[in-house]
Amino acid sequence: MRLLIFLALGLSLSLALAVAVGETTLSRGQYLQAIADPGSAPGEILWSIRAPRAVAAALVGAALGLAGAVMQGLLRNPLADPAVLGVSATSALGAAIVIAAGLASVPWAIEAAALVGALGAGGVLVVLAARFETPETLVLFGVALSALGGAATALIFNLSPSPIAAGEVLSWLLGSVANRDWGNDAAFLLPAVVGVALAAWSARGLRMLTLGEETAALSGLPMATLRAAAVAGAALLTGAAVSMAGVIGFVGLVAPHLTRGFVRDDPAATLAPSAFAGAILLVAADLAARLIPTDQELKLGVVTALLGAPLFALVAWRAARSWRA
Amino acid sequence: MSAAQGLALDLAGVRVDVAGRGVLDDVTLSVDRGEVLGIVGANGSGKTTLLRAALGVAPLAAGEARLFGHEARRLSPARRASFAAWLPQERKVGWNLPAWRIAALGAPDATPGRARALALAALEKVGMALHAERGVLDMSGGERARVLLARLLASEAPLLIADEPDAGLDPDAQRLIMELLGEAAQAGRAVVVTLHDLGLAAGGCDRLAVLDAGRLVALGDPFEALAPSVLRSSFGLDGSLIGAPAGPVLSVRRAG
Repeated sequence: MRLLIFLALGLSLSLALAVAVGETTLSRGQYLQAIADPGSAPGEILWSIRAPRAVAAALVGAALGLAGAVMQGLLRNPLADPAVLGVSATSALGAAIVIAAGLASVPWAIEAAALVGALGAGGVLVVLAARFETPETLVLFGVALSALGGAATALIFNLSPSPIAAGEVLSWLLGSVANRDWGNDAAFLLPAVVGVALAAWSARGLRMLTLGEETAALSGLPMATLRAAAVAGAALLTGAAVSMAGVIGFVGLVAPHLTRGFVRDDPAATLAPSAFAGAILLVAADLAARLIPTDQELKLGVVTALLGAPLFALVAWRAARSWRA
Repeated sequence: MSAAQGLALDLAGVRVDVAGRGVLDDVTLSVDRGEVLGIVGANGSGKTTLLRAALGVAPLAAGEARLFGHEARRLSPARRASFAAWLPQERKVGWNLPAWRIAALGAPDATPGRARALALAALEKVGMALHAERGVLDMSGGERARVLLARLLASEAPLLIADEPDAGLDPDAQRLIMELLGEAAQAGRAVVVTLHDLGLAAGGCDRLAVLDAGRLVALGDPFEALAPSVLRSSFGLDGSLIGAPAGPVLSVRRAG
């Protein structure tokens, strides 16, 4: 509980920082004006541009962190992340198809297509998860789905008649929460809330899986249902994240590692802290993407990979001693 | 303890095929509350398959397996677990949870407070009370085996099923396990346990079932079940089980 309060404070702090700091420097008077009158020009910058973007980063980070913790618990593998089952890849494919078809300007078309892509893969995986006990089987199918999604996206690049459309697809794939408004944030909540509920419900199954599939199956818990719920929850959360922000790596992988030590490795107790940690990480990464002075704003997926890879190596180095077969 | 009535375990003419080959054939036996039934036999004789059939997780090609009068195969996971708790031979643990958390997994439907109390009581029984907060992956193999046994004992199921719980353990731990399973039986539970150590099995079980190539070749009290003829035909051993003050001793050599 103390950990969650600490993380909630950290998230509030990072959100406040993300709203307060930006490309446009405001004077103290302007800050006061923004707070007193949200409709004023400084108020617009803070509450209509920076705040919804920061919240978008927090939501996506939380979804990815939670999905990562679910996947690591389900597969009993500290290297699992939301991408391992191929949901990110098929979700990205959905968005890529819409962009390449020239429908990117249709409102919500990209978001809906990304979610449909995630749900397609998620549906296949849920059936497989209920059918097959071993995590290896699920990973193998995930690898196949991931490769298929990646190949189909590459095919779109390959056959795309217009380099502009191809560039748009690429830019989207690199991930960003720039220009997200409160409408985007609200739309995200719909699938995400269902995903969170499924993940929370599967938590005791994830803890039981510590003992292996066969023992868990005989433990009295409805493991087939709980496994399916875990996969469906992770797929919904990943799909919601991809549809909001494109493909963003490493957050789902790193967030559970940052928190696991504080909850004595418990796969169930890792879930909520991982969501918070993911949110803080992505708000910070987005702040970095905004503030690092470059000609073109850095893509969020690029920043998370650049920051995440060394961070992950560090976590892995420290954790290596405690990982055992 | 649940209001389970009737024979704890009742197998009638059970046959299990794996890949078209009969690994268990025409096995009939029953276990009642208050007794420890040991299942012995060479590697590949069908011991684990028998346990899996009893739990209703191995599909039967013929016959019937009943837990407290209910067809095992048709039980829901929750109901099955309310009748029988399972300790697998495999002692792999995925995460470094504290010992009490692992033991508490034996009572997943209890409230958190009660699950913790059951876990701590079970850890006390296996002599690991002082290690309740230690991570199981930081423990030796023997200590982890005790914690996993505690998980079995934390269950309130009236039938305990353990698959080679003595494997890889020192003599003290092996005898502790048999003692605790015996205590559970005296407290009114039924216990089914597979074992390789015939001396240990003879000393710790009320009855023994001998499996040979999937068939039940002997069933009865240890001296009856491990008669010289059975030792010779099913285990390839010449000799006999001898009564001794601290429990039966197996005096055998490989049959020439």
